[in-house]
Amino acid sequence: MKQFVTRRLGYSLLSLLLLSLTIFFFVRVTGDPAALLVEPGASEEDIAAIHQRFGLDQPLWVQYGLFMLNLARGDFGQSFYYQTPVLDLYFDRLPNSLLLAAVAMAFSLLVGIPSGILAAVRVGRFWDSAGKMFALLGLSLPSFFVGLVLILVFSVFLGWLPSSGSGGVLHILMPAFALGWYFAAAHMRLTRSSMLEVLGSEYVKLARLKGLPQSLVIGKHAFKNALIPVVTLAGINLVLMINVAVVVETVFAWPGVGRLLYEGISFRDFPVVQGIVIMGGTMIVAVNLLVDVVYAVIDPRIRLEK
Amino acid sequence: MSTSIETISLPSDLSPRPTASRLGDTPLIPLIILATIALVAIFADVLAPHNPEVGSLTARFRPPFWQAGGSMDHIFGTDQLGRDVLSRLIFGARVSMVVGFTAVIFAGVVGTVLGIMAGYLGGWVDQVIMRVTDAWLALPALTFAIFLAAIVGPSMWNIVIILGLVYWTRYARVVRGEVLSLKEREFVRLAIVAGCSKWTIMRRHILPNVVNSAIVLATLMLGVVIVTEASLSFLGVGVPPPQPAWGLMLSDGKQGLMVGYWWLTVLPGCCIMLMVLSANLLGDWLRVKLDPQLRQL
Repeated sequence: MKQFVTRRLGYSLLSLLLLSLTIFFFVRVTGDPAALLVEPGASEEDIAAIHQRFGLDQPLWVQYGLFMLNLARGDFGQSFYYQTPVLDLYFDRLPNSLLLAAVAMAFSLLVGIPSGILAAVRVGRFWDSAGKMFALLGLSLPSFFVGLVLILVFSVFLGWLPSSGSGGVLHILMPAFALGWYFAAAHMRLTRSSMLEVLGSEYVKLARLKGLPQSLVIGKHAFKNALIPVVTLAGINLVLMINVAVVVETVFAWPGVGRLLYEGISFRDFPVVQGIVIMGGTMIVAVNLLVDVVYAVIDPRIRLEK
Repeated sequence: MSTSIETISLPSDLSPRPTASRLGDTPLIPLIILATIALVAIFADVLAPHNPEVGSLTARFRPPFWQAGGSMDHIFGTDQLGRDVLSRLIFGARVSMVVGFTAVIFAGVVGTVLGIMAGYLGGWVDQVIMRVTDAWLALPALTFAIFLAAIVGPSMWNIVIILGLVYWTRYARVVRGEVLSLKEREFVRLAIVAGCSKWTIMRRHILPNVVNSAIVLATLMLGVVIVTEASLSFLGVGVPPPQPAWGLMLSDGKQGLMVGYWWLTVLPGCCIMLMVLSANLLGDWLRVKLDPQLRQL
């Protein structure tokens, strides 16, 4: 077990190392990073000052060391636009992103799990095909288009919901739907396949042989077991949602991390963009590590496998 | 040739087996849609009634012809700069097709080559390639693409390269898995015995056997790539204006949305949706047809 965790931790650190190398390398290979790190229209002296401050006149490996040292100290640089540290900005916006992701997740599970079960129980029949269509639409419709159509229908034509901003309960409905839509389809597909697998298992057959009513077989014996992979995926997706919400947050002007990223792009505020990418990557690597370790604790087959 | 084929209805509880000929149940509608978009993209210069990048400011926000104020001159109306929406949609098809196909092919070539090398050579080559693949897979694709686009600046070919760099990892994973099982097969062992070099085996014996999976994956990735391109353009780091890209049109149309200029968002959105949906349907079908191993994906 210890060995497994050590190895897994090593892989995660390696991932982070490669991530930081990628970011470091791309910024430097595509031009003078000072051009990205100063405000547009900065003078020659400013650029020289940046060169000095970030050690851009040093050899590459020294630069990389400095870059990593700053990251390790939590120094992600200063936003040009807001004139505050990037990390402060990030943590200011994070609660909003979490709220949006939580509501979107609740929505996607409320839609995805029941429809997935229904499709699995009625496999090959009408509800299964309807579910397949739903999943296909969910995976094919870009979230910004869903968002814009929602605004058009519910804000412009019907006037029921506010089209942008945050504050009330009504504000979160449309962004959460637009964000959760894709994930609802993904959760439905996984619930269906996981449920189908469980329904074919020995203990479900036994439960049926015992003469238990269908509702008990599905609700008690099959459902609980089928839920395990879905819950895992939902955990990973929650972190993913925070990081892919940029488009939805832009459409609805929701003040989350994604909106911050969009502002960073629009104002050419490079430290903000870089900081958000690093935080996002770190979060996802961490959650993957967590899932693997928890799985290994639960299931010995995983940790004994080479 | 003219023998009539009798159809036998199977008992409904038997799972339906693919009885038709290999290409009998081609999903026609998605194919027709994709072919139409491709033709429109190729003949955009002939088909477009107006210049997509030039408009007249006196003719801004004209609605489609069936609404009051619309005319047949601008069938789908005009945008905030008075440009013809239909012409922009037609040229937008070209951008989507070019970006979609070249990015998918670029990612496919890089991913397949690296996947074959990782799978066949094994050892440290495998370790290095797969660790990089894992690390890149760990990043949310959209955020990574935005980051790269923000560094290199917007242009259509930059987007192609960025999408290729972001999405090759998926091919590498799948192809490597296939190669691992292929290399234990008799024909590969015989090729080794016959004295073929590693490169010859990879090129002549392994590659033709993984091409199917790569093509299936490419079709499925087409939808993903088009949505990502549209998202990047929507956020302003994709195809730069005034080039007509569907994502960019949506983003521009956002301004007119609150006053009810629906055609500026709904029409390009529907184009994206149709193309992605068709690519996904075709990919799903190809997956079942060509590659039983990928059915679980």
